[in-house]
Amino acid sequence: MSDHTYEDRLAIREALQQFGRLNRPVAQLSDDSDLFAVGFTSHATVNVMLAIEDALDIEFPDELLNRSTFASIDSLAGAVQLSRGQL
Amino acid sequence: MTDLEQPWQALRDRLIDAGLLAELGEPGIVALGGDFNRVFDALDALYVHTFADLSAEVWRFPPVEPKGLFEKTDYVASFPQLTGALSAFTGDTRDHAELLRLRATDQQWEDMLHPAGLMMSPAACHPLYEVLAGTLPASGRTCEVLGSCFRHEPSPDPMRMQTFRMHEFVHAGTAASALAHRDETAARLVAMLESLGLEIIYEPANDPFFGRAGKVMAASQREAALKFELLTTVYGPDLPATAIGSANYHNDHFGQAFGIRSADGEIAHTACLGLGLERTVLALLSRHGMSVADWPQSVRSVLWPSNE
Repeated sequence: MSDHTYEDRLAIREALQQFGRLNRPVAQLSDDSDLFAVGFTSHATVNVMLAIEDALDIEFPDELLNRSTFASIDSLAGAVQLSRGQL
Repeated sequence: MTDLEQPWQALRDRLIDAGLLAELGEPGIVALGGDFNRVFDALDALYVHTFADLSAEVWRFPPVEPKGLFEKTDYVASFPQLTGALSAFTGDTRDHAELLRLRATDQQWEDMLHPAGLMMSPAACHPLYEVLAGTLPASGRTCEVLGSCFRHEPSPDPMRMQTFRMHEFVHAGTAASALAHRDETAARLVAMLESLGLEIIYEPANDPFFGRAGKVMAASQREAALKFELLTTVYGPDLPATAIGSANYHNDHFGQAFGIRSADGEIAHTACLGLGLERTVLALLSRHGMSVADWPQSVRSVLWPSNE
């Protein structure tokens, strides 16, 4: 694991809160909660992805642009690390 | 030149030489002549006849739709690159003079026009959902829509027109009835096209969602098996097949956006079967040749049963 983990998850939660259009506050979700079960849609992934990329100055590689990347805060954090080439 | 530009050019040349197509100066904006239209009409009649047992309500819409309706479909969020809008002149004499000055000096006088609040319809079925708003009867509603579609994707491929006509059979009802509509009508359309001598591949597909984020949308659409395409080879077995029709399950996307409810009060689910009419005629011409009189009797008798 990298030193970024805490900041990454904070940025991911912030992006989800602002752009996720979830039907529950992000603070109530655990890192492994199924986001699609709380109202996340593939339409909403667009803005969440862009917000995470901006906040952390990374770019998700094309092969990570699928539904499983956006399934949970854990999976997004994993994708962030993969994008930095840290895993 | 890509591998495809030569076969595209070859098909365009054959169509033009036979008087079946004329180019108008922009890629994908063409005139259709002579027997193209006879085949078009016969194909469309066969399509309607094939699904006569659905007793579908017949609806026709203009080629443009109000922006408010367009917004409900969320189309511009997914396909900004295909979107087209209408502009109109709303100025005064002074503005008109400025327009004429720009025009006389070969400048872009269209800059003097303003958005008219009208969008080019990108799919024949979109405006239908406005009509279906409210509560459906217990068996849902099944409708057929023949409409002109606009998608801004200029291309030298004669199969890819910027405006084309799509004929759809749409069902609104429950998840189960929408899925059944998609799967049953698709199977029958495959059989209909095969009866015209086309080899059809029926396979899962995704729409061309825009940009990097669109890759997520496309992957989700495929994962959920929402869209299937009917493809056929137009440029020979070694080149990619082209979609001439599609069968789509929209989940409750349009039901939610347009306020359509099934009889039990739930948000309605919708599905549509669409046939691209120009593309199918082109596939037939490519398959059987530019001289329709010389097509196999087996194909002609399906298209023109009363003449035989």
